[in-house]
Amino acid sequence: MNNRRSKFLAAPYALWAAGFILIPLGMIFYYGFTARKGGFTLDNITAIAEPGNMKALILSLILSLISTIICFILAYPLAWILANMKFGKGSFVIIIFILPMWMNFLLRTLAWQSLLEKNGVINTILSFFHLPALKIINTPYAIVLGMVYNFLPFMVLPIYNALEKIDDNIINAAKDLGANRMQTFSRIIFPLSIPGVISGITMVFVPALTTFVISDLLGGGKILLIGNIIEKEFTQDGNWNSGSGLSFVLMIFIIISMILTAKYDTSKEESAP
Amino acid sequence: MKQWTALLLLAVITALLTGCGRKTGPNGEVIVYNWGEYIDPDVLVMFEEETGISVIYDEFETNEIMYPKIENGASLYDVVCPSDYMIEKMIQNELLAEINFDHIPNIKNIDSQYLIQSREFDPDNKYSVPFCFGTVGILYNKTMVDSPIDSWDILWDERYKDNILMQDSVRDAFMVALKRLGYSMNSTDETQLQQAKESLIVQKALTQAYVVDQVRDKMIGNEAAIGVIYSGEAIYTKSENNDLEYVIPKEGTNIWIDSWVIPKNAPNKENAEKFINFLCRADIALKNFEYITYSTPNAAARALITDDEIRSNPVAFPDFTQYDNLETYRYLGEDATYQYNALWKEVKSY
Repeated sequence: MNNRRSKFLAAPYALWAAGFILIPLGMIFYYGFTARKGGFTLDNITAIAEPGNMKALILSLILSLISTIICFILAYPLAWILANMKFGKGSFVIIIFILPMWMNFLLRTLAWQSLLEKNGVINTILSFFHLPALKIINTPYAIVLGMVYNFLPFMVLPIYNALEKIDDNIINAAKDLGANRMQTFSRIIFPLSIPGVISGITMVFVPALTTFVISDLLGGGKILLIGNIIEKEFTQDGNWNSGSGLSFVLMIFIIISMILTAKYDTSKEESAP
Repeated sequence: MKQWTALLLLAVITALLTGCGRKTGPNGEVIVYNWGEYIDPDVLVMFEEETGISVIYDEFETNEIMYPKIENGASLYDVVCPSDYMIEKMIQNELLAEINFDHIPNIKNIDSQYLIQSREFDPDNKYSVPFCFGTVGILYNKTMVDSPIDSWDILWDERYKDNILMQDSVRDAFMVALKRLGYSMNSTDETQLQQAKESLIVQKALTQAYVVDQVRDKMIGNEAAIGVIYSGEAIYTKSENNDLEYVIPKEGTNIWIDSWVIPKNAPNKENAEKFINFLCRADIALKNFEYITYSTPNAAARALITDDEIRSNPVAFPDFTQYDNLETYRYLGEDATYQYNALWKEVKSY
């Protein structure tokens, strides 16, 4: 009875998943393996090896990896501080922290554009103090900045959640047994926060890898990431087949990265006593 | 066709979501598919009131997004407003219906020079009625350049490194490079295209950014000295920043024309013709011009413009006979389009 009812409750989501996840995925799969003039082909998949596409993919991987690392370095101490705050205070800071996320993602990125521009806000202030101008707009640095800014909360929140859940008694036990602060952190706290770190990494790395808005707005259209190439296939070239093929390849890369991180996750858990 | 099933599915879903609550006027309906921000909304209301035909209005962002929808026939439209080369492609692929001009007496308001120019893509003027047109040229800031500009060469001038804004679209970028080299912007010659690509790669180092609509705001904000822009934006930018000047380079440029066409599978062809005829009426065309500021090919509407500076503005209404190197984009066929896209990708990812 109970089982049947829960199945019934899942029906709306099953419908949703079929209509907006499975069918679109099937369509991408279908287009990806179909030639423009019809018939099966692998050309859309192997197109990833073309120099332009390959370069964009590698650049995307590098930039999203850098952004993920920077996000992690910034987020972990922050999450640690927040988790150690007294309850009310910590959640207040969290709200402050996610407040910008209540604004539209596009608007926030556009704001960075006008901040970084040649005659933008930052350079106006710098020139007022006779300091040299900041010239990072339309370079990969600006794109990394945009990624870190936009995706940082997605790293902080899961790590904060994981750290907050750690029972104080476990930490006290470690101290009782003679572990110093460094050992407590590396042997107890960090391993226990790994699940949060993993989901943080996924939540930053995947959107960073597929973004095309950030690179378009902050890269001045001069830096093509794989997301830009796919977007152009659909909107400018009208080539759905090639766009789907490349999306498919990108999905494979995302799945690989998730498998890698998940593997790291379990092996850590096993080695932890 | 192959994309048919998938799109049908989407169409069914959209129909389910939007189908309920649609109210049809006493004289039926007309389904319009137009560029975003490309009509005065009041005009649609006036049309509904005068004719009793209700307007279902839908917008697209690029010709390439519009085309597959018409090709698949998944969503039916009565009247669409594509650009020149896309109209040629639609004619070639037999997607368009011949317009019955007996139902469009107001065609007499359209200046004949635009109908003649339209023959580049619609050889017998059978399928299209010009709606808006313009040129592509250079917008420059008088205070930031040394001398008046009259050539595309300025976009390759080292002195303006990081001060140049290029159009982020294949055809417009290659148009600039091909015209500068003295070739046709509809070239499909491999060596000419390679040369154009090489020069665009050289230019990339000098370019501040590749943008589309943002040229307008960046030029107004003095972010760059020189930008490639559509003439329709030129009048507006000058009104916001008086240092800006628009010029058609001496090597020639693109005259683009966006025209109304009727797809073959249009369910309400007669209403579509009524709609086109309505838009060709002088007062309506004027109202629309004042709203969207893109040049109108409607001579009768132009005569009604009260501001002399706009009516005789060579930027808004250039005299085609003064130039011998103006061209309109042609549809180059699938292979050449693919070649252009591939070369442009090489430039962009260089």
